[in-house]
Amino acid sequence: MSQIHVKTTINGDATEFLCEADETLLDVLRDRLDLTGAKEGCASGDCGACSVTLDGRLVCSCLMLGAEAEGCEIDTIEGMADGETLHPLQQAFLDHAALQCGVCTPGFLIAAKALLEKNPDPSEEETRYWLAGNLCRCTGYDKIIRAVLDAAKTMRETA
Amino acid sequence: MAKDEYAAREFKVVGTRPLRPDGIDKVTGRARYGADISAPGMLVGMALRSPHAHARIKSIDTSAAEVLPGVKAVVTRADFTHQPEDNATADILDNCMAGEKALYDGHAVAAVAATSRNAALAALAAIKVDYDVLPHVMDVDDAMKPGAPVLLRGRKQESVPAEMSDNVLTRTQYGHGTPEEGFKKADLVIERNFKTAATHQGYIEPHACLATLGADGQGDMWVCTQGHYMVRNTCAAVLGLDAGNLRVTASEIGGGFGGKTTVFLEPTALVLSRKSGRPVKMTMTRDEVFRASGPTASTSIDIKIGMTRDGKITAATGDYRYQNGAYEAMNGTLGAMTGFAPYDLEHVRTTGWDVVTNRPKAAAYRAPGAPMAAFAVESVIDELARELGLDPIDVRLKNAAREGTRSAYGPTYPAIGLEATLEAAKAHPHWAAPLGENQGRGVACGFWFNFGGDTCVSLMINPDGTVSLSEGNPDIGGSRASMSMMAAEELGIPMEQVRTIVADTASLGQNEVTDGSRVTFAVGLATIKAARHAIEIMKERAAMTWGIEADAVEWVDGAAQPAGPNAGKFPPMTIAEIAAIASNTGGPIAGHHEVTAEGAGVSFGTHIADTEVDPETGAVKVLRYTVIQDAGKAVHPAYVEGQLQGGAVQGIGWALNEEYVYGADGTLQNPGFLDYRIPVASDLPMIDPVILEIPNPGHPYGVRGVGETGIVPPLAALANAVSRAAGVRLTSLPMSPPKVLAALKEA
Amino acid sequence: MVAVRLWGSLAEFADGHREVDIAATNLRELLDGLAKAHPALKPQLERGVSVSIDGRIYNDTWATPISETSEVVLLSRLVGG
Repeated sequence: MSQIHVKTTINGDATEFLCEADETLLDVLRDRLDLTGAKEGCASGDCGACSVTLDGRLVCSCLMLGAEAEGCEIDTIEGMADGETLHPLQQAFLDHAALQCGVCTPGFLIAAKALLEKNPDPSEEETRYWLAGNLCRCTGYDKIIRAVLDAAKTMRETA
Repeated sequence: MAKDEYAAREFKVVGTRPLRPDGIDKVTGRARYGADISAPGMLVGMALRSPHAHARIKSIDTSAAEVLPGVKAVVTRADFTHQPEDNATADILDNCMAGEKALYDGHAVAAVAATSRNAALAALAAIKVDYDVLPHVMDVDDAMKPGAPVLLRGRKQESVPAEMSDNVLTRTQYGHGTPEEGFKKADLVIERNFKTAATHQGYIEPHACLATLGADGQGDMWVCTQGHYMVRNTCAAVLGLDAGNLRVTASEIGGGFGGKTTVFLEPTALVLSRKSGRPVKMTMTRDEVFRASGPTASTSIDIKIGMTRDGKITAATGDYRYQNGAYEAMNGTLGAMTGFAPYDLEHVRTTGWDVVTNRPKAAAYRAPGAPMAAFAVESVIDELARELGLDPIDVRLKNAAREGTRSAYGPTYPAIGLEATLEAAKAHPHWAAPLGENQGRGVACGFWFNFGGDTCVSLMINPDGTVSLSEGNPDIGGSRASMSMMAAEELGIPMEQVRTIVADTASLGQNEVTDGSRVTFAVGLATIKAARHAIEIMKERAAMTWGIEADAVEWVDGAAQPAGPNAGKFPPMTIAEIAAIASNTGGPIAGHHEVTAEGAGVSFGTHIADTEVDPETGAVKVLRYTVIQDAGKAVHPAYVEGQLQGGAVQGIGWALNEEYVYGADGTLQNPGFLDYRIPVASDLPMIDPVILEIPNPGHPYGVRGVGETGIVPPLAALANAVSRAAGVRLTSLPMSPPKVLAALKEA
Repeated sequence: MVAVRLWGSLAEFADGHREVDIAATNLRELLDGLAKAHPALKPQLERGVSVSIDGRIYNDTWATPISETSEVVLLSRLVGG
């Protein structure tokens, strides 16, 4: 069967691509659009390293078909900074040394951004439970949680 | 030797917390990991893997696969024509591509390169393998029995009794004194068996590489690895290539923890590339990572310790039986060396066994072999303390090894930090925090070696006076930043003026893998020396400019200046000023240092854990966790904290939930993150890291390696905490809810 | 002469001696001397050993000096992760 022609919006830019029927959105982002910020850690929705937002909703891009992106707005890690200005979450991760190898970091940033858009003042427990779908093996999560709570505070103060 | 020695000083950069230079790339998704690269004409490589735990491969028919659309190469062991000369390389080759037998579920038996993933999958499905299924053995104690199915004959070392199964490859015995006499002096002797399940390092990034190999033997590889020089040398040895013709570049790495200190895909990717004439990208799925990379050993350990009423250990013995998967490894040997290392013992004997089973080839996991041994030893010490009504930290202090103690594995200790970590634990608010119902507190000590190894660093002074540093160790925890800090410290310039990169294998001499907690110690040492070398050259250039002797010049705060009023009156020359006239004064300026670093010390830590056990479900909640470890000198304190926290949480997962589950047919039942349950953010409290700094006399800044020791105490600390919370001793890991419930019911 | 301590199961290949005396002034002479005096140790020496000299661990450097009063202990070749 011939490939499917998809029209969508990624990080605010109109984007078109061709893909196989069984290609996931993650495959499309990485292999067709060279947006390699989303990572494949498991391809089964268990690790969150492929996290993107779909019309504002946090999803695992490995659990979605590329063809399903038709007409949607997708936000990936590549769209999080504004030119050379980092998002407060990105800055907080650097300030708190909340990454070691960094491979889970894009997924965590996308997930944390989705959390703060929904709940600008989460407790530590709420933050931990929201981020339970993102696996990190290097940090033990301590500095990640501190970074997210600190960024939340910064964002509340500048809002 | 004297130049390596520690000299106390006031640090300006070392010990601060600058932002990491690779940070922006990592928080924006720009950083390129193993699977993040492409090449023109690139093919997708995929392996066909045995579905059987143990089988003779009678034949492989690839003819149908070869003619499918998009299939450009199909390989089997027959395509690996070189015969490795040594056992270690032969084992790696056999593990990457099975020869006569498939030795575990997931063992690669063939591979294809095709123009798309779907074409590759179709090709795999078309390969016909004729297996003669054999009986398998999975458990270490079963594999040692006389009638056990044998994987390979002729690999038993000379120290193993002849009548034991051929699956038993090593026997190593350590210790001193006469334990039988020592036990007679004890008021209480406890003897127990402990079991731990196999676990995986659990790095989030699966193995990945992009390989190109021409018919002329020249090749290139991009790979996520802890050691790209190891990848080059190993692939060259496996395939019979010249190492100098294979250029390997290390990508950013998404976790390794020891699991990426060897090769699994890389030789196959090279062979596929040579056969197809095109670049080949091979990645592992998560399923393949669990089934076919390198988990840890599972163990069966017997410990016997005798103690007097007032807490003195009179004798200790241990029998450490480890299965390492289908090939030789040293985990049992290392376990036998490390378990009793924190203690001053008059009578001790430990025996380590390394056994093969039909499981994937074990790779290192942080401090290989040590966490399981500590779990067993520290559990018995805790039980003795509890029975005798003694404080667990006081008991350890009473028996603690110190400078001058003859260790259980042989050498006498120089100055070590064990007592300091125990005293710090005792003084920490965690130790005095109140505990409620169904809650318990555990403490444990851990020990690990530090390593040196082959290291090369080049430090270039750029024409504008900025500094470029080239080193050869993949950065798994922020080490590039630490190297920049040490170079800046030595040169007397801001850290922002130094940029450190990890150079490819064509650019530097041999570098040992990033392992053994060696990088901040050994690469740091080489960086400091390379900087000092560059400083000597710059002093000479200033001297030449001023017309004075080089030894009349000193280096202060990033500039050359006359060493005293007699040397002459010249204003200081900064690095930038010296660099600007480098071409006039003798040529471009660079310092370098090549060394096989030796003489590293050892590392101790003490952990405290509080847990709560739910008596209805058996679930364990971690309430509080404190890590205390001696770092010698923390170059970047946040990165040291990160290593302590990360190691502790891996230990928590190992203790409470993670295990390889095999079916009766020897196939892995849980090769995914859903059922192989690593800790998530909601499982954990904050992890409190306490860094002690007792300078290492063998490093200019006093640095000790820290990366591995953090995983050694947690299994024991949690076993002690859970046992006290539950009121019954848990002796089998993981302490998952069904097992805790079963133990509660039995009590 | 340097007194070298062997681990328990290794001593079985040195006629049961836990400690042996070897004429050596550096690491290479030590390892060569051990192989010569006790040929049954060769398989383990060829597989590799680490050597603790006065409490610090050495693996490769042949020129590492060893004095007569040094404490020298053989260890299995150490690996990390």
